[in-house]
Amino acid sequence: MKSLTSTICTVLLIVFTSPGFAGPQQDAVVNYYKELAKREFSASRGEAFFRAKQTGGKPATPSCTTCHTSSPMNTGKTRVNKPIAPMALSKTPDRFSDLKKVEKWFGRNCRSVLGRECTALEKGDFLTFMISQ
Amino acid sequence: MKKIAIVTATAFAMLVLPANAKHKDRGVKDELTKTECGACHMPFQPRFLPAISWTTMMSDLANHFGEDASLDEESRLKIQAYLVENARKKEFKKVKDGVQPLRITEIRWFVREHRGEVSKRAMEKAGTMSNCAACHSGAERGQYDDD
Repeated sequence: MKSLTSTICTVLLIVFTSPGFAGPQQDAVVNYYKELAKREFSASRGEAFFRAKQTGGKPATPSCTTCHTSSPMNTGKTRVNKPIAPMALSKTPDRFSDLKKVEKWFGRNCRSVLGRECTALEKGDFLTFMISQ
Repeated sequence: MKKIAIVTATAFAMLVLPANAKHKDRGVKDELTKTECGACHMPFQPRFLPAISWTTMMSDLANHFGEDASLDEESRLKIQAYLVENARKKEFKKVKDGVQPLRITEIRWFVREHRGEVSKRAMEKAGTMSNCAACHSGAERGQYDDD
């Protein structure tokens, strides 16, 4: 019994401390975009997208990094200096677990940064990158 | 005996309650409002602005002081209802071009109250005048008397 308990504890410890562990909620969100994009997602494409300087949006927000800093591990800052929890799933484990919330922020931020809605592929790549971090 | 108890209780309440009222939480009570507005800035207490200011603001969240703060319609209406219900009762008398203010930081009393009060260093720390809590530690609870 004791060994079973310690095995469970070890498994839980590994599961919850592994960087980039996506739970069923994150999987469901990513799968939603996968069905729309009909393509495999790529973390490196997501990273490039995160770092890219855009020109179609508002001049004050040319990139994701404007508010989220150049590292997903860092705490970001809203336009009025309020902290934004790191985007990396390993740092903020409840991120990307609620599709409605994810869609709300993609909507706002894609329009601000790119001046348009993001495609399902862009969203999926972005999430794949953040979940791997 | 019962009468004495009531009188004593009333006297006690009169003495104690005003003191408690001073520390009462006068912050935003509605959870949705707190979460949504508070995601980007301090959730400002609705009593800062009259109802017309809130409905004007809530009708164009895609252009919220230069930010896209769009919400789904259900949340938008719920938050608007809370803000309107708890808004400042009277409209401001002296307003520019007859339009009620949208920015709390542009209300006349706000400007007057802060004139000469914010040092350069405090301003650098706060970043913006809308960052109330940078100087008023009780701002989220609606307490601003600590200046």
